[in-house]
Amino acid sequence: MNSQDAARFQDMGILPTQASSGAAQVDLLALAMLIFCALVLLAVFGLVLWFSWRYRAGSSVKRKPLSSERKQTAMEMIWAGGLFIVFMGFFYWGVDVYVQMYQQPDEDLTIEVVGKQWMWKLEHPNGAREIDTLHVPVNRKVRLNINSQDVIHSFYVPAFRIKKDAVPGMTTSIWFEPTEIGTYHLFCAEYCGTNHSHMRGQVIVMSQQDYSDWLTANGHEQTAALDGAQLFRTYGCSGCHIGSSVVDAPVLAGIYGRVVPLADGTTIIADEAYIRDSILHPHKDIVAGYKPVMPSFEGRMSEADLQKIIAYIRSLEPGDWQLERHGGNP
Amino acid sequence: MSAVVPTPPASHYLNPPWGLKSWLLTTDHKRIAWLYVISLSGFFFLGGIAALLIRLELLSPPTDFLTEDFYNKMFSLHGIVMVWFFLIPSIPATMGNFLVPLMVGARDMAFPRLNLLSWYIYTIGGLLLIASVVLGGVDTGWTFYTPFSSQYSNSFVVPAAMGVFVVGFSTILTGLNIVTTTHEMRAPGLTWFRLPMFVWGNYSVSLLMVLATPVLTAVLLLIALERMLDLGIFNPALGGDPILFQHLFWFYSHPAVYMMILPAMGVVSEIIACFTRRPLFAYKSMALSILAIVLFGFLAWGHHMFVSGQSIHAGAVFSLFTFMVAVPSAIKVFNWVMSLKEGYIQFTAPMLYALSFLGLFTIGGLTGVVTATIGLDVHVHDTYFVIAHFHYIMVGASVTAYLGGLHFWWPKMTGRMYPERWAIVAAVALFIGFNLTFFPQFLLGIAGMPRRYASYPEEFQFLNVMSSLGAGVLAIGYLLPLVYLPWSLVRGKRAPSNPWRATGLEWQTTSPPPVHNFKVTPVVTGPAYDYR
Repeated sequence: MNSQDAARFQDMGILPTQASSGAAQVDLLALAMLIFCALVLLAVFGLVLWFSWRYRAGSSVKRKPLSSERKQTAMEMIWAGGLFIVFMGFFYWGVDVYVQMYQQPDEDLTIEVVGKQWMWKLEHPNGAREIDTLHVPVNRKVRLNINSQDVIHSFYVPAFRIKKDAVPGMTTSIWFEPTEIGTYHLFCAEYCGTNHSHMRGQVIVMSQQDYSDWLTANGHEQTAALDGAQLFRTYGCSGCHIGSSVVDAPVLAGIYGRVVPLADGTTIIADEAYIRDSILHPHKDIVAGYKPVMPSFEGRMSEADLQKIIAYIRSLEPGDWQLERHGGNP
Repeated sequence: MSAVVPTPPASHYLNPPWGLKSWLLTTDHKRIAWLYVISLSGFFFLGGIAALLIRLELLSPPTDFLTEDFYNKMFSLHGIVMVWFFLIPSIPATMGNFLVPLMVGARDMAFPRLNLLSWYIYTIGGLLLIASVVLGGVDTGWTFYTPFSSQYSNSFVVPAAMGVFVVGFSTILTGLNIVTTTHEMRAPGLTWFRLPMFVWGNYSVSLLMVLATPVLTAVLLLIALERMLDLGIFNPALGGDPILFQHLFWFYSHPAVYMMILPAMGVVSEIIACFTRRPLFAYKSMALSILAIVLFGFLAWGHHMFVSGQSIHAGAVFSLFTFMVAVPSAIKVFNWVMSLKEGYIQFTAPMLYALSFLGLFTIGGLTGVVTATIGLDVHVHDTYFVIAHFHYIMVGASVTAYLGGLHFWWPKMTGRMYPERWAIVAAVALFIGFNLTFFPQFLLGIAGMPRRYASYPEEFQFLNVMSSLGAGVLAIGYLLPLVYLPWSLVRGKRAPSNPWRATGLEWQTTSPPPVHNFKVTPVVTGPAYDYR
């Protein structure tokens, strides 16, 4: 989430690295614009300084009589007309670049992006999920379908020159084709509350082989979690942990890795071993504030199923069950 | 500028009574202008303190000096205070109030009591805003984007929004007064195309105020209602549309940018004409391009939403209109530059401010063309590039013109001269300090640093430190006048009626002017800027 080790990033320095096919097009337009701005600026500053010197009150240079209003308007129209033509050129060019940025290409893969306070959740086509880090293959067209779970965020990768708001209630979309292997900044560019400036991450562009290896490894983990979600219901876990039944059981969303207070006043970290113990020996460590009512699943659950359920609980994030628990209104 | 020490006029608006009642119940537009000068200065320095804290936090990459929440509240306060409690009323409510009646040869504003009421409304709005700060502050940014402001923020959004809501009425009333005064109270012979540019600037800004502010009023009310009653106007979970808020907000807030710059253009035109001793170049197109800016200014709001999810076609159309509004602005720059030609230029402090305005406005305008180019805007949108761009316009240009105008008309407003040397130091410090502060922010934006970040990656530190150090120089430029202008009220040399030998009706009456401005209603027989 908070990328402390800046040396990892390729896009350092005053000009961000060009790391996508679109970036080169944007930069060409920017260069033309820079030349135009420099010329106008030079003309304005140059004339102001020159006139200021030449026509200072003390100078004896002979002043010509003022030109007529008609002549003045004519001069002005030449300036305005010239600028207008240049402006229309930039307008056309700018729209052209913009349309290419957003229009649907024949993409090679689509990634689902969800912004929420204050993290980016990313899901690959095979179900592999990650947070704040996006792995993508080089030289492949990647489309992002962007949503938000709460307020407006904005998905911004300077090295790719792309930015698109994540708006609750609608899906926005943008695409890019990375051209350079490396690690690049991912920023939230739309102010979204307290930790807006920590809603940063990274985009890791990998070779296509590395990406497909990464996908296989992580996709497997994902499949286990998906199976686990199914088993979580079959074994009846969801009845107490999710459903609004009379039995009050702890919410497990986001439990993994957290410090849990126990009934005997001590605490424990909810690692894999703890989750396993809680399923097989539920009376061993009782969570503070809950009754020891959970049955043991020792001998009633195969090791394979157990692993899948643990994978599922690990994959849960804070708030994942809110919809189910509170009847659809987060 | 004669060697004879001028004697102050026997009777003028600053004569006793001087009691609190004589100020708080005055209907004299000149005294009301002073009420505004004092309250606006207070808010300017409140907003400035918030800016100082922001720049201190950004000296280092992690959030170490302030907490995230406090930082967010500071940039929100800075924006809200500077936009609504300083910039928008700045020139119209102070110099506009003081000078428009004088310049058109009237005895007062069209509605003197409404004028006083608008100051009271401003004060009530200001108290509401201060109340929101005392309660704990607001963290939505000055833009109040939904659904963050209407659903998620845990800060005091409603009091702050109501402060802005209330101050909007003050803006509308001031606008109404200036429009009516310009239409109805011009002296005999003062036709539209004989009006000074300052009146044109304040007249056109008043049109914007009267037409655009009600939309802001409505949208702030909707936010408060949605927050308190869960209405579902902007909240998508209840069928609302968060983008609708942005349309309504920018329909007001884009013209609001022109509210800040048009009167500044008027001020600078007066100063340039006076200190070149020449009529303005192409007077008529200057007036007409102001009106063109008003018109196109209303059609460009969607460029704030180029990456927000509005359609590609809408983006293209708004890009086109944004280019259109750049054309009249460019005409004005051309005319000011050409006005210097064949002149007899005197480099007084007001003239230095005016020339600074010209440079800073040009940079601000050109970078506006960069952001109008929609394919480029996607990269720099919501980054420090945009921050730098609009500060060049709203601060670099507008505040510089505000200070230039304050110096230019100081003799008329107070009957005293300001100390010229100190004023030149302040003007130069402002130009250098401003560029040191904000130019690095263009580079930060190009490098990709998003706005409203309390912490940032390490590679952005160098430019941020540059910017913060520049702000120190800029502060000198702002603090000096705060010292020597009040000093000059007591110790400054007495000012004659027309120390600059300027044209314009305001210089034909005494300094300070009598209570009813003119002993005899003036008659106008020639064009504005009848120099030489």
